[in-house]
Amino acid sequence: MVNKNPSFVGKVGNFLYLFSFLFLLWFVLTNTLNPEELFTGISISIVLSLILSNNYKKLGLPPLGIKRIEYFIMFTLVLLKEIVKANFDVAYRVLHPKLPIKPGIVIIKTELKQDIAKIILANSITLTPGTFTLDIKGNELLIHWINVRSEKKEESTKKIGERFEKYLKVVFA
Amino acid sequence: MSETIMVVFLGLISVGILLSLIRMFIGPTASDRAVAVDTITTTIVGMLVILAFVFQRYIYLDVSLVYSLLAFVGLCAIARFLERGF
Amino acid sequence: MELVGVIFTGIGVLFLLLGNFGILRLPDVYNRIQAGTKCTTFGTFFTIIGIGIIQPEWFWKCLLIAVFVLVTNPISSHAIARASKKIGVPLCDRSVVDQTKEFVEREET
Repeated sequence: MVNKNPSFVGKVGNFLYLFSFLFLLWFVLTNTLNPEELFTGISISIVLSLILSNNYKKLGLPPLGIKRIEYFIMFTLVLLKEIVKANFDVAYRVLHPKLPIKPGIVIIKTELKQDIAKIILANSITLTPGTFTLDIKGNELLIHWINVRSEKKEESTKKIGERFEKYLKVVFA
Repeated sequence: MSETIMVVFLGLISVGILLSLIRMFIGPTASDRAVAVDTITTTIVGMLVILAFVFQRYIYLDVSLVYSLLAFVGLCAIARFLERGF
Repeated sequence: MELVGVIFTGIGVLFLLLGNFGILRLPDVYNRIQAGTKCTTFGTFFTIIGIGIIQPEWFWKCLLIAVFVLVTNPISSHAIARASKKIGVPLCDRSVVDQTKEFVEREET
Protein backbone atom coordinates (compact mmCIF):
# COMPACT_ATOMS: atom_id res chain seq x y z
CA MET A 1 0.00 0.00 0.00
CA VAL A 2 1.36 3.34 -1.04
CA ASN A 3 -0.94 5.24 1.28
CA LYS A 4 0.79 4.30 4.52
CA ASN A 5 3.23 7.20 4.18
CA PRO A 6 1.09 9.90 2.66
CA SER A 7 3.56 11.50 0.28
CA PHE A 8 2.74 14.18 -2.23
CA VAL A 9 2.30 11.63 -5.04
CA GLY A 10 -0.10 9.59 -2.92
CA LYS A 11 -2.18 12.66 -2.16
CA VAL A 12 -2.43 13.64 -5.81
CA GLY A 13 -3.33 10.06 -6.68
CA ASN A 14 -6.14 10.04 -4.11
CA PHE A 15 -7.40 13.37 -5.41
CA LEU A 16 -7.48 12.08 -8.99
CA TYR A 17 -9.23 8.84 -8.02
CA LEU A 18 -11.97 10.69 -6.17
CA PHE A 19 -12.29 13.49 -8.71
CA SER A 20 -12.72 11.15 -11.68
CA PHE A 21 -15.23 9.02 -9.78
CA LEU A 22 -17.32 12.02 -8.71
CA PHE A 23 -17.24 13.60 -12.14
CA LEU A 24 -18.24 10.36 -13.85
CA LEU A 25 -21.16 10.06 -11.41
CA TRP A 26 -22.23 13.64 -12.14
CA PHE A 27 -22.01 13.07 -15.87
CA VAL A 28 -24.12 9.90 -15.75
CA LEU A 29 -26.70 11.55 -13.50
CA THR A 30 -27.17 14.70 -15.56
CA ASN A 31 -26.71 12.94 -18.91
CA THR A 32 -25.96 16.08 -20.93
CA LEU A 33 -23.00 17.79 -22.60
CA ASN A 34 -24.26 21.29 -21.82
CA PRO A 35 -21.15 23.38 -20.89
CA GLU A 36 -22.82 25.02 -17.88
CA GLU A 37 -23.72 21.63 -16.41
CA LEU A 38 -20.21 20.35 -17.05
CA PHE A 39 -18.65 23.43 -15.42
CA THR A 40 -20.84 23.06 -12.31
CA GLY A 41 -19.99 19.38 -12.10
CA ILE A 42 -16.25 19.96 -12.39
CA SER A 43 -16.22 22.70 -9.74
CA ILE A 44 -18.32 20.66 -7.28
CA SER A 45 -16.10 17.61 -7.84
CA ILE A 46 -12.93 19.63 -7.26
CA VAL A 47 -14.23 21.13 -4.01
CA LEU A 48 -15.52 17.79 -2.69
CA SER A 49 -12.36 15.88 -3.54
CA LEU A 50 -10.17 18.60 -1.97
CA ILE A 51 -12.16 18.26 1.26
CA LEU A 52 -12.56 14.48 1.28
CA SER A 53 -9.34 13.10 -0.21
CA ASN A 54 -7.71 12.99 3.23
CA ASN A 55 -10.38 10.62 4.57
CA TYR A 56 -10.15 8.54 1.43
CA LYS A 57 -6.93 6.80 2.43
CA LYS A 58 -8.62 5.15 5.41
CA LEU A 59 -10.35 2.83 2.96
CA GLY A 60 -6.98 1.25 2.14
CA LEU A 61 -7.48 1.00 -1.59
CA PRO A 62 -4.36 -0.24 -3.37
CA PRO A 63 -2.61 1.73 -6.12
CA LEU A 64 -3.49 0.95 -9.70
CA GLY A 65 -1.49 -1.57 -11.70
CA ILE A 66 -1.90 -3.63 -14.85
CA LYS A 67 -1.89 -6.95 -12.99
CA ARG A 68 -4.42 -5.71 -10.43
CA ILE A 69 -6.85 -4.50 -13.10
CA GLU A 70 -6.48 -7.79 -14.97
CA TYR A 71 -7.23 -9.85 -11.87
CA PHE A 72 -10.11 -7.58 -10.93
CA ILE A 73 -11.71 -8.09 -14.34
CA MET A 74 -11.23 -11.85 -13.97
CA PHE A 75 -12.80 -11.65 -10.52
CA THR A 76 -15.80 -9.80 -11.96
CA LEU A 77 -16.27 -12.45 -14.65
CA VAL A 78 -16.12 -15.27 -12.08
CA LEU A 79 -18.61 -13.36 -9.94
CA LEU A 80 -21.06 -12.97 -12.85
CA LYS A 81 -20.83 -16.67 -13.63
CA GLU A 82 -21.48 -17.55 -10.00
CA ILE A 83 -24.47 -15.17 -9.81
CA VAL A 84 -26.12 -16.87 -12.79
CA LYS A 85 -25.43 -20.29 -11.29
CA ALA A 86 -26.82 -19.13 -7.94
CA ASN A 87 -30.09 -18.06 -9.47
CA PHE A 88 -30.73 -21.32 -11.25
CA ASP A 89 -29.83 -23.10 -8.02
CA VAL A 90 -32.36 -21.08 -6.01
CA ALA A 91 -34.99 -21.48 -8.73
CA TYR A 92 -34.52 -25.26 -8.66
CA ARG A 93 -34.83 -25.39 -4.88
CA VAL A 94 -37.92 -23.18 -4.76
CA LEU A 95 -39.80 -24.93 -7.56
CA HIS A 96 -39.00 -28.52 -6.52
CA PRO A 97 -42.10 -29.96 -4.80
CA LYS A 98 -40.11 -31.49 -1.92
CA LEU A 99 -37.95 -28.41 -1.14
CA PRO A 100 -34.47 -30.05 -1.29
CA ILE A 101 -32.78 -27.89 1.35
CA LYS A 102 -30.42 -28.80 4.19
CA PRO A 103 -29.68 -25.48 5.89
CA GLY A 104 -27.03 -24.82 8.49
CA ILE A 105 -24.63 -22.20 9.82
CA VAL A 106 -20.88 -22.71 9.45
CA ILE A 107 -17.68 -20.74 10.06
CA ILE A 108 -15.07 -20.11 7.38
CA LYS A 109 -11.67 -18.43 7.52
CA THR A 110 -10.22 -15.70 5.34
CA GLU A 111 -6.66 -14.46 4.90
CA LEU A 112 -7.55 -10.99 3.65
CA LYS A 113 -6.40 -8.08 5.81
CA GLN A 114 -8.09 -4.87 4.64
CA ASP A 115 -11.66 -4.09 5.62
CA ILE A 116 -12.71 -3.24 2.09
CA ALA A 117 -11.40 -6.59 0.79
CA LYS A 118 -13.41 -8.39 3.47
CA ILE A 119 -16.52 -6.42 2.52
CA ILE A 120 -16.10 -7.35 -1.14
CA LEU A 121 -15.57 -11.00 -0.20
CA ALA A 122 -18.65 -11.03 2.04
CA ASN A 123 -20.86 -9.45 -0.60
CA SER A 124 -19.60 -11.89 -3.24
CA ILE A 125 -20.36 -14.80 -0.93
CA THR A 126 -23.86 -13.42 -0.43
CA LEU A 127 -24.45 -13.45 -4.19
CA THR A 128 -23.10 -16.96 -4.87
CA PRO A 129 -24.97 -20.29 -4.83
CA GLY A 130 -26.58 -21.19 -1.57
CA THR A 131 -24.42 -19.17 0.82
CA PHE A 132 -24.72 -15.86 2.55
CA THR A 133 -22.75 -13.94 5.15
CA LEU A 134 -24.22 -13.39 8.59
CA ASP A 135 -21.33 -11.83 10.48
CA ILE A 136 -17.64 -10.93 10.24
CA LYS A 137 -15.21 -10.90 13.15
CA GLY A 138 -11.45 -10.69 12.70
CA ASN A 139 -10.49 -13.25 10.10
CA GLU A 140 -13.58 -15.44 10.41
CA LEU A 141 -16.90 -15.25 8.62
CA LEU A 142 -20.22 -16.75 9.79
CA ILE A 143 -22.01 -18.25 6.80
CA HIS A 144 -25.54 -19.54 6.35
CA TRP A 145 -25.48 -22.39 3.85
CA ILE A 146 -28.69 -23.64 2.27
CA ASN A 147 -27.23 -27.07 1.44
CA VAL A 148 -24.50 -28.01 3.92
CA ARG A 149 -21.89 -30.30 2.38
CA SER A 150 -19.19 -30.28 5.07
CA GLU A 151 -19.08 -29.22 8.71
CA LYS A 152 -15.29 -28.85 9.05
CA LYS A 153 -13.90 -25.35 8.84
CA GLU A 154 -11.13 -26.08 6.34
CA GLU A 155 -13.37 -27.91 3.90
CA SER A 156 -16.07 -25.25 3.95
CA THR A 157 -13.43 -22.57 3.45
CA LYS A 158 -12.21 -24.42 0.40
CA LYS A 159 -15.72 -24.86 -0.97
CA ILE A 160 -17.02 -21.34 -0.36
CA GLY A 161 -14.29 -18.75 -0.15
CA GLU A 162 -11.39 -20.06 -2.20
CA ARG A 163 -12.60 -19.17 -5.69
CA PHE A 164 -12.84 -15.45 -4.87
CA GLU A 165 -9.98 -15.22 -2.44
CA LYS A 166 -7.31 -16.23 -4.91
CA TYR A 167 -8.20 -13.22 -7.06
CA LEU A 168 -8.76 -10.76 -4.23
CA LYS A 169 -5.43 -11.71 -2.66
CA VAL A 170 -3.64 -10.46 -5.77
CA VAL A 171 -5.76 -7.34 -6.10
CA PHE A 172 -5.23 -6.28 -2.47
CA ALA A 173 -1.69 -7.63 -2.05
CA MET B 1 -45.38 -4.03 -29.76
CA SER B 2 -42.91 -4.10 -26.92
CA GLU B 3 -45.19 -1.80 -24.88
CA THR B 4 -47.82 -4.56 -24.83
CA ILE B 5 -45.29 -7.14 -23.65
CA MET B 6 -44.12 -4.72 -20.97
CA VAL B 7 -47.68 -4.37 -19.67
CA VAL B 8 -47.84 -8.18 -19.38
CA PHE B 9 -44.53 -8.09 -17.48
CA LEU B 10 -45.98 -5.45 -15.14
CA GLY B 11 -48.86 -7.83 -14.40
CA LEU B 12 -46.44 -10.66 -13.59
CA ILE B 13 -44.45 -8.42 -11.25
CA SER B 14 -47.68 -7.42 -9.50
CA VAL B 15 -48.43 -11.11 -8.88
CA GLY B 16 -44.98 -11.45 -7.33
CA ILE B 17 -45.54 -8.45 -5.07
CA LEU B 18 -48.84 -9.97 -3.99
CA LEU B 19 -47.05 -13.20 -2.95
CA SER B 20 -44.60 -11.20 -0.84
CA LEU B 21 -47.48 -9.22 0.68
CA ILE B 22 -49.05 -12.49 1.86
CA ARG B 23 -45.77 -13.36 3.58
CA MET B 24 -45.74 -9.89 5.10
CA PHE B 25 -49.17 -10.41 6.63
CA ILE B 26 -48.68 -13.96 7.95
CA GLY B 27 -44.96 -13.74 8.77
CA PRO B 28 -44.51 -15.10 12.30
CA THR B 29 -41.68 -12.76 13.37
CA ALA B 30 -40.74 -9.16 12.73
CA SER B 31 -37.67 -10.25 10.73
CA ASP B 32 -39.88 -12.12 8.26
CA ARG B 33 -41.83 -8.96 7.64
CA ALA B 34 -38.63 -6.95 7.20
CA VAL B 35 -37.36 -9.45 4.63
CA ALA B 36 -40.67 -9.28 2.77
CA VAL B 37 -40.45 -5.47 2.69
CA ASP B 38 -36.89 -5.69 1.39
CA THR B 39 -37.97 -7.92 -1.47
CA ILE B 40 -40.98 -5.76 -2.31
CA THR B 41 -38.93 -2.57 -2.49
CA THR B 42 -36.32 -4.12 -4.75
CA THR B 43 -39.07 -5.48 -7.00
CA ILE B 44 -40.68 -2.05 -7.18
CA VAL B 45 -37.41 -0.52 -8.39
CA GLY B 46 -37.56 -2.86 -11.39
CA MET B 47 -41.25 -2.05 -11.85
CA LEU B 48 -40.59 1.71 -11.90
CA VAL B 49 -38.02 1.31 -14.67
CA ILE B 50 -40.52 -0.66 -16.77
CA LEU B 51 -43.13 2.05 -16.08
CA ALA B 52 -40.65 4.67 -17.27
CA PHE B 53 -40.40 2.81 -20.56
CA VAL B 54 -44.17 2.34 -20.94
CA PHE B 55 -44.93 6.03 -20.33
CA GLN B 56 -41.70 7.24 -22.03
CA ARG B 57 -40.79 9.47 -19.08
CA TYR B 58 -37.09 9.90 -18.37
CA ILE B 59 -37.79 11.38 -14.95
CA TYR B 60 -39.08 8.03 -13.63
CA LEU B 61 -35.50 6.73 -13.73
CA ASP B 62 -34.51 9.42 -11.22
CA VAL B 63 -37.50 8.42 -9.13
CA SER B 64 -36.36 4.80 -9.08
CA LEU B 65 -32.79 5.77 -8.16
CA VAL B 66 -33.98 7.86 -5.21
CA TYR B 67 -36.44 5.13 -4.25
CA SER B 68 -33.73 2.49 -4.09
CA LEU B 69 -31.50 4.81 -2.06
CA LEU B 70 -34.30 5.52 0.44
CA ALA B 71 -35.19 1.82 0.66
CA PHE B 72 -31.57 0.97 1.48
CA VAL B 73 -31.34 3.58 4.22
CA GLY B 74 -34.76 2.65 5.62
CA LEU B 75 -33.96 -1.05 5.76
CA CYS B 76 -30.68 -0.38 7.56
CA ALA B 77 -32.67 1.68 10.09
CA ILE B 78 -35.19 -1.16 10.51
CA ALA B 79 -32.38 -3.68 11.03
CA ARG B 80 -30.76 -1.46 13.65
CA PHE B 81 -34.09 -1.06 15.41
CA LEU B 82 -34.61 -4.84 15.42
CA GLU B 83 -31.13 -5.37 16.81
CA ARG B 84 -31.26 -3.13 19.84
CA GLY B 85 -34.61 -1.31 19.95
CA PHE B 86 -33.31 2.20 19.21
CA MET C 1 -31.95 -5.00 -30.67
CA GLU C 2 -35.43 -4.55 -29.29
CA LEU C 3 -35.92 -8.32 -29.17
CA VAL C 4 -32.73 -8.77 -27.11
CA GLY C 5 -33.93 -6.13 -24.66
CA VAL C 6 -37.36 -7.72 -24.32
CA ILE C 7 -35.77 -11.14 -23.71
CA PHE C 8 -33.49 -9.67 -21.03
CA THR C 9 -36.44 -7.98 -19.34
CA GLY C 10 -38.40 -11.23 -19.54
CA ILE C 11 -35.63 -13.18 -17.79
CA GLY C 12 -35.48 -10.50 -15.11
CA VAL C 13 -39.24 -10.52 -14.53
CA LEU C 14 -39.25 -14.33 -14.32
CA PHE C 15 -36.59 -14.28 -11.61
CA LEU C 16 -38.34 -11.49 -9.71
CA LEU C 17 -41.46 -13.67 -9.65
CA LEU C 18 -39.43 -16.69 -8.48
CA GLY C 19 -37.81 -14.66 -5.72
CA ASN C 20 -41.16 -13.51 -4.40
CA PHE C 21 -42.47 -17.06 -4.62
CA GLY C 22 -39.46 -18.26 -2.62
CA ILE C 23 -40.19 -15.67 0.07
CA LEU C 24 -43.63 -17.23 0.45
CA ARG C 25 -42.56 -20.86 0.30
CA LEU C 26 -39.27 -21.38 2.17
CA PRO C 27 -39.45 -22.33 5.84
CA ASP C 28 -37.40 -19.87 7.93
CA VAL C 29 -36.00 -16.33 7.90
CA TYR C 30 -32.49 -17.20 6.73
CA ASN C 31 -33.65 -19.35 3.80
CA ARG C 32 -36.08 -16.62 2.82
CA ILE C 33 -33.27 -14.08 2.81
CA GLN C 34 -31.31 -16.39 0.50
CA ALA C 35 -34.11 -16.49 -2.07
CA GLY C 36 -35.01 -12.85 -1.61
CA THR C 37 -31.52 -11.46 -2.03
CA LYS C 38 -30.26 -13.57 -4.92
CA CYS C 39 -33.32 -13.68 -7.11
CA THR C 40 -34.38 -10.07 -6.67
CA THR C 41 -30.87 -8.71 -7.20
CA PHE C 42 -30.41 -10.71 -10.39
CA GLY C 43 -33.97 -10.05 -11.57
CA THR C 44 -33.79 -6.30 -11.05
CA PHE C 45 -30.37 -6.18 -12.70
CA PHE C 46 -31.63 -7.93 -15.82
CA THR C 47 -34.89 -5.97 -16.00
CA ILE C 48 -33.10 -2.63 -15.85
CA ILE C 49 -30.38 -3.65 -18.32
CA GLY C 50 -33.07 -4.90 -20.70
CA ILE C 51 -34.85 -1.55 -20.64
CA GLY C 52 -31.49 0.14 -21.20
CA ILE C 53 -30.93 -1.99 -24.30
CA ILE C 54 -34.35 -1.14 -25.73
CA GLN C 55 -33.79 2.60 -25.17
CA PRO C 56 -30.06 3.14 -25.91
CA GLU C 57 -30.11 6.80 -24.83
CA TRP C 58 -31.09 5.69 -21.28
CA PHE C 59 -28.42 3.00 -21.07
CA TRP C 60 -25.89 4.69 -18.78
CA LYS C 61 -28.45 5.78 -16.24
CA CYS C 62 -29.98 2.30 -16.25
CA LEU C 63 -26.51 0.84 -15.68
CA LEU C 64 -26.01 3.21 -12.74
CA ILE C 65 -29.30 2.11 -11.11
CA ALA C 66 -28.48 -1.56 -11.75
CA VAL C 67 -25.00 -1.33 -10.21
CA PHE C 68 -26.42 0.59 -7.26
CA VAL C 69 -28.97 -2.17 -6.61
CA LEU C 70 -26.27 -4.82 -7.07
CA VAL C 71 -24.07 -3.18 -4.44
CA THR C 72 -26.64 -2.17 -1.81
CA ASN C 73 -29.03 -5.12 -1.82
CA PRO C 74 -26.63 -7.66 -0.23
CA ILE C 75 -25.73 -5.10 2.45
CA SER C 76 -29.29 -4.44 3.56
CA SER C 77 -30.20 -8.12 3.68
CA HIS C 78 -27.00 -8.80 5.59
CA ALA C 79 -28.06 -6.17 8.14
CA ILE C 80 -31.48 -7.81 8.59
CA ALA C 81 -29.91 -11.28 8.87
CA ARG C 82 -27.44 -10.17 11.51
CA ALA C 83 -30.18 -8.45 13.49
CA SER C 84 -32.38 -11.55 13.43
CA LYS C 85 -29.42 -13.71 14.51
CA LYS C 86 -28.76 -11.35 17.43
CA ILE C 87 -32.37 -11.35 18.67
CA GLY C 88 -32.38 -15.14 18.39
CA VAL C 89 -34.82 -16.00 15.63
CA PRO C 90 -34.63 -19.84 15.56
CA LEU C 91 -33.53 -21.94 12.61
CA CYS C 92 -36.07 -24.31 11.09
CA ASP C 93 -36.33 -28.00 12.07
CA ARG C 94 -34.52 -29.29 9.02
CA SER C 95 -31.25 -27.52 9.85
CA VAL C 96 -28.30 -29.84 10.29
CA VAL C 97 -25.57 -27.73 11.88
CA ASP C 98 -25.30 -24.49 13.85
CA GLN C 99 -21.83 -23.24 14.75
CA THR C 100 -22.90 -19.83 16.01
CA LYS C 101 -22.05 -20.66 19.65
CA GLU C 102 -18.48 -21.53 18.74
CA PHE C 103 -18.18 -18.26 16.82
CA VAL C 104 -19.53 -16.12 19.67
CA GLU C 105 -17.37 -17.83 22.32
CA ARG C 106 -14.21 -17.37 20.32
CA GLU C 107 -14.88 -13.71 19.87
CA GLU C 108 -15.17 -13.17 23.62
CA THR C 109 -11.91 -14.85 24.59
